[in-house]
Amino acid sequence: MSGYLRTPKLKALGLVLAAVLMLLGLAASVFLGFARIHPRDALDAYLAFNGSNEHLIIRTARVPRALIATAVGASLAVAGALMQAFTRNPLASPSLFGINSGAAFALVVVSALWSLDSLTTVAWASYAGAALAAVMVYALGSIGRDGMTPIKVTLAGSAMTALFSSLTSGVLLVNGRSFDQVLGWLVGSVANRTLDTLLLVLPYIAGSLLAAFAMAGSVNLLSMGDEVARGLGGRTALIRAAMAVIVVLLAGASVAIAGPIAFVGIVIPHLSRALVGPDHRWLLPMCALLGANLLLFADTGARFILPGKETPVGVVTALIGIPFLIAVARRQKHE
Amino acid sequence: MSSYNKQAAGVPSLSRGRRRFAVIAGLFLLLIAAFLVSTGVGSMYISPLDVLKTLLGIGQDTHEVVILQLRVPRMLTAVLVGTALAVSGAILQGIIRNPLASPDLVGITGGASVAAVSFLLYGVGTMSIHWLPLFAISGAVISAALMYVLAWKDGVSPLRMVLIGIGLATAASAITSVLLISGPVQQAARALSWMTGSVYGTGWKDVRMLLPWVGLGLPLSALLARHLNLYALGDELATGTGSRVQLYRFLALGLSVMLAGAAAAVSGAVAFVGLMAPHLGRQLVGPRYGTLIPASAMIGAILVLVSDAIARTAFHPVEIPAGVITSAIGAPFFIILLFWASRRR
Repeated sequence: MSGYLRTPKLKALGLVLAAVLMLLGLAASVFLGFARIHPRDALDAYLAFNGSNEHLIIRTARVPRALIATAVGASLAVAGALMQAFTRNPLASPSLFGINSGAAFALVVVSALWSLDSLTTVAWASYAGAALAAVMVYALGSIGRDGMTPIKVTLAGSAMTALFSSLTSGVLLVNGRSFDQVLGWLVGSVANRTLDTLLLVLPYIAGSLLAAFAMAGSVNLLSMGDEVARGLGGRTALIRAAMAVIVVLLAGASVAIAGPIAFVGIVIPHLSRALVGPDHRWLLPMCALLGANLLLFADTGARFILPGKETPVGVVTALIGIPFLIAVARRQKHE
Repeated sequence: MSSYNKQAAGVPSLSRGRRRFAVIAGLFLLLIAAFLVSTGVGSMYISPLDVLKTLLGIGQDTHEVVILQLRVPRMLTAVLVGTALAVSGAILQGIIRNPLASPDLVGITGGASVAAVSFLLYGVGTMSIHWLPLFAISGAVISAALMYVLAWKDGVSPLRMVLIGIGLATAASAITSVLLISGPVQQAARALSWMTGSVYGTGWKDVRMLLPWVGLGLPLSALLARHLNLYALGDELATGTGSRVQLYRFLALGLSVMLAGAAAAVSGAVAFVGLMAPHLGRQLVGPRYGTLIPASAMIGAILVLVSDAIARTAFHPVEIPAGVITSAIGAPFFIILLFWASRRR
């Protein structure tokens, strides 16, 4: 249960390789697509901007898109890993446990009642929705004497997802404003987003990621079980509270920028665990890097699936995620 | 869910039998009342008495068109959809032996949605709309078969089946989104409303489309009731009492999928009805399928009728899909259910 990369040296090498791959992914995301971009132009767009179409595409579309994919992928993957440690349920992830759809619902409600002109409103609505869903699923899943059983918390998550997504379409149909725009956003996509939204939530994402890495040792304690953790001097309630806040901030920020993107939070933690093992000090950074990679490459590849149209990256990750989910579900012990 | 099994094994007594009959008769009257009231509400209010008069052919001419051409077929569709989803859910809960299962949570409805949306977007020009139920049912069959096969590993465990079903439901909704985005934009609103589950705009053709499936499904499920009762005791006991467990389980799953698929073909995914109706039914008439199926069927019909009436009037003049209302009722219901399930243990 210690992953393919056994020694610290190998693990560090794995992290470096993942980082290199991420840089390649960033480059691919900027250069490849309907309009091919020459690396030279990409540099010029920032160093010697001349207002040409190509330079505009680079500055307003390609580069923001690549950066958003990186941030969202890293956030969702780390949020998933933390949730899995928190609930000790291998299926926990922001999309299956209703947190993404809760954030999406809050966003749609806010956009219907007021407007989404203010980016700050977008972010706070998203955080509030994510927090609401997290609290509801947690409360629901832990009701009763036997606590949080995997089946209870998973069904609670799926019921909350069903509730939020049908309420979301209800609000959309009643409101009817900017319908197709919101529809595209609801599938989860990193296309046509502005850099401003990213910059607004970036401090929260960066802070949450750093906090997560910093408390990786405490997360390790928690995954040994509450009693062991307490015996070893861990303040479990505090750790859990901090983890919950981090998860809500990461998932909420991702939804605010890119809409609800499914399965990154379940695929990447499992892949990373297979590589570097269950130690969160290695696992969480690996999740961040691989999560960014998944979204970068999935988004770049998706540009070539439907000719002339954009396939939202949320769809691609959902299709990649299914075999993983099935494998994880099949590995569960017979009840 | 041991209490669930024990309940099913309970011996019925005479007084219970009489009580069950009274409950079923009461549900029937409630269904009639719900039908008359919900036929009357809408942009033009007509009192239940006038609705009844018009149905008997002694009402005003002005009401006749609204009621007979617009309202009644829609209400009949709601009744048939509710019935189909409720019976489908009751059977599925019996087979999976898990009271939390329902066709929408485990992706059966999602599979039907994928097939139906692709038909609506790409097939309608070349094929008659009458093929729609067949497509939806095939989609439901494929996702149910996938769920069963993928959950098989030295037998099917309920947990694995539910988890894989939830995954399939997520995949199905992703595929549906791709179809919506890649298809004609102007149909997206209609398709979204359809996906949320709505009987908006249904007419006599929908009633004609759905009636054979429900008309066939109800008697068949009554025939299977005895075997479904036995499943609650566990596979070994059921085999011991002479039931051909594998064969009848297969038939029952097929029936459940057929009903859910047919309902989805007409109304889309009306969520939580397949979960709620059998539970309410079990509370009222107990777990034996002979009475549980008719009771659930009527509760399901009432749920969809009432939800549709609320959906039509709550945000007037805008209509929201009935599925939004059933979710809004269903999710809190589900919470209570989880609470019960964990307390009984």
